[in-house]
Amino acid sequence: MRHIISLLMENEAGALSRVAGLFSARGYNIESLTVAPTEDPTLSRMTIVTSGSDAIIEQITKQLNKLIDVVSVMDLSEGEHIERELMLIKLRAEGEAREELKRLTDIFRGRILDVSDHTYTIELTGARVKLDSFIDAIGRDLILETVRTGASGIGRGNRILSL
Amino acid sequence: MEMTGAEITIRCLQEEGVEYLFGYPGGAVLHIYDALFQQDKVKHILVRHEQAAVHAADGYARSSDKVGVALVTSGPGLTNAVTGIATAYMDSIPMVVISGQVPTFAIGEDAFQEVDAVGITRPCVKHNFLVKDVKDIASTIKKAFYLAKSGRPGPVLVDIPKDVSAHKTEFTYPASVNIRSYHPQGRGDSQQIRQAAQLLLEAKRPMVYAGGGVVLSGASEQLTDLVRLLGFPCTNTLMGLGGFPANDNQFVGMLGMHGTYEANMAMQHCDVLVAIGARFDDRVIGNVEHFAQVPRKIIHIDIDPSSIAKRVKVDVPIVGELKLVLNELLDVLRASRQKPDVEEMANWWRRIEEWRVTGGGLRYKNSSEIIKPQFVIETLHKLTGGDAFVTSDVGQHQMWAAQYYKFNHPRRWINSGGLGTMGFGLPAAMGVQLKHPGELVACVTGEGSIQMNIQELSTCKQYHLPIKVLSLNNGYLGMVRQWQEFFHGNRFSESYMDALPDFVKVAEAYGHIGIRIDKPCDVEPAIIEALSRKNDLVFMDFRTDPTENVFPMVPGGKGLSEVVLSEDL
Ligand SMILES: Cc1cc2nc3c(=O)[nH]c(=O)nc-3n(C[C@H](O)[C@H](O)[C@H](O)COP(=O)(O)OP(=O)(O)OC[C@H]3O[C@@H](n4cnc5c(N)ncnc54)[C@H](O)[C@@H]3O)c2cc1C
Ligand SMILES: Cc1ncc(C[n+]2csc(CCOP(=O)(O)OP(=O)(O)O)c2C)c(N)n1
Ligand SMILES: [Mg+2]
Repeated sequence: MRHIISLLMENEAGALSRVAGLFSARGYNIESLTVAPTEDPTLSRMTIVTSGSDAIIEQITKQLNKLIDVVSVMDLSEGEHIERELMLIKLRAEGEAREELKRLTDIFRGRILDVSDHTYTIELTGARVKLDSFIDAIGRDLILETVRTGASGIGRGNRILSL
Repeated sequence: MEMTGAEITIRCLQEEGVEYLFGYPGGAVLHIYDALFQQDKVKHILVRHEQAAVHAADGYARSSDKVGVALVTSGPGLTNAVTGIATAYMDSIPMVVISGQVPTFAIGEDAFQEVDAVGITRPCVKHNFLVKDVKDIASTIKKAFYLAKSGRPGPVLVDIPKDVSAHKTEFTYPASVNIRSYHPQGRGDSQQIRQAAQLLLEAKRPMVYAGGGVVLSGASEQLTDLVRLLGFPCTNTLMGLGGFPANDNQFVGMLGMHGTYEANMAMQHCDVLVAIGARFDDRVIGNVEHFAQVPRKIIHIDIDPSSIAKRVKVDVPIVGELKLVLNELLDVLRASRQKPDVEEMANWWRRIEEWRVTGGGLRYKNSSEIIKPQFVIETLHKLTGGDAFVTSDVGQHQMWAAQYYKFNHPRRWINSGGLGTMGFGLPAAMGVQLKHPGELVACVTGEGSIQMNIQELSTCKQYHLPIKVLSLNNGYLGMVRQWQEFFHGNRFSESYMDALPDFVKVAEAYGHIGIRIDKPCDVEPAIIEALSRKNDLVFMDFRTDPTENVFPMVPGGKGLSEVVLSEDL
């Protein structure tokens, strides 16, 4: 099953490679991984999307907790949470297609950030499935480039990951 | 007063009460060696290869409850040390390794003798640090010792660039450490402990399975009290030997791949299993699915949550320091004034006794023609009253030492279990001998393993280490030969070494005494002679039966009850 694991870790050189190294050394899946400092510059917040049986997910959270640089870990998918991913996508936009692409972008609540004679560059935010369906709706032929950040996640309401 | 980073490094070791520093110099650590030269509190032991420095620090730590410390230079010094670090990591041994690094301004430029020490060691250390500022040396070393020793122990690397060791700053050693992201568990959950006590009291076919954690936490006394209070059978893993006295009737021997029949059968057929500081290794329970065929309740006590439920499902997990958890468990059991059902226990013990008979215990057919390796170990055990420190290398001789030397005390059996590192035995014995001067330290090895760090005979000479080396020379990489005999149709691919040296001459060339023993009747006299030479290293080259195999054996991937017993019985 797909899980979103959120963690706070020391904002130190090498901390990211400890997490990435753990996943490759133990053969755990990583679908995506995002990381950036928080409002407290000594801490980074990371979101890892992974998948595996319950036993594997249990090991993943235990192994993450074991890393000295990791301050706290939460499996967001165990409760109510919000997941967002940002996609920048460049499309071939020529002739009649331009109007149609703009309409699709509006339906998906995306924004056109850059326009050239032949291209649109679009920003789209949402859960993974929403971004996937946008790509499906456009069709592979028109896509020139996609950049996705991978999911960031946060718990709903009182579910707070802190020190 | 301002001090250099190098001086601070050595001061920190003094503050930590470090007696011995095992190391090897080189460019990146010259300042540190200079600081070392100008003091006499920390004694440096100059090994002949960095791997040996780390194994020696490791042996020192395993035979005491202290942190082992090693010092190596950058580049090849560090890479040579990696095998030692990984060995310590796999067996959770507390250790601090200090490595030199190229100057900070040269890092990343493929400088002379530069390797990414933190990157290379990351997967085989508990934690590691690159110190970029001289002001951070003291606090980093303090943290390193704290991390190495607390919680689940392990090796910690501190990488110090050459310029950082030359820069100056004021020295203050922090009194305490606080790492906000690191809080090893102390006491276990009381509710869980009560639940465990209940399960134990209701058990009909109980089994205590105790591992290296008992030795590491110094909880042998608690374990022994628990087993005797309940009247349960107790087995030890290879790493746990000595954690429970081998001469106790309730001891059923080591379990696992080369464990006793009774230990493995009891493990397979028990209805309540309590795992204490043991991690359900694949060499211990064999095939997980086969193990799971028999339903049983499992209580697992370990300080590392990730050891629990890693390979088998656990019913009552208890995370905590063994000593504290076992003390609380003992209190609960004593307060309950209950005992396990007498009749059920008698039935269970009857079955175990039957297995003892069917399995033949640990027996082999001795010979008057050719030296049986088991006989050498039995004789050593007899002559030393079971009180020696025994280090070993890796292979058949390791298993025979584990099986036939009966350890009644913890920290006496020193071997590489998790990584299985050939070349461990002799350097580890150096660390043990330095920690226990005047005590008997025996290194059981094979003609293959000893050659992986034989240069350390020179170190032994320099520091007058009177280790007794018992080489069970079967002329083969015996453990490999055994697997080839069993599983590869007797195709002994590259497991025979031609052109072995004359080990007696080798020992003599290094300034030691060498004895070659060919006949069974000479085994005892040779060991007596060696033991009488209290101040000398004696190298005993026993020419043993090249075809002898280690039994019992649970083949890899098989279940514990699918064991192969010796045909000799
Ligand atoms: C050739 C060869 C053959 C082998 N055959 C066998 C065999 O037949 N049988 C066998 O048993 N092994 C065998 N081994 C060894 C095997 O590979 C493992 O190293 C060993 O079984 C692991 O022992 P352990 O489970 O006691 O764990 P250890 O590696 O000793 O781990 C200790 C556990 O205790 C925990 N712990 C540490 N400190 C504390 C504390 N203070 N409080 C609470 N918990 C703590 C740790 O978290 C860890 O989970 C063999 C090895 C070799 C090289
Ligand atoms: C460094 C290293 N290389 C290879 C092995 C694989 N290995 C395990 S046992 C063994 C044979 C050991 O031979 P020897 O020391 O003569 O001991 P014996 O089995 O003959 O008693 C080998 C090659 C290992 N454990 N360690
Ligand atoms: Mg051999």
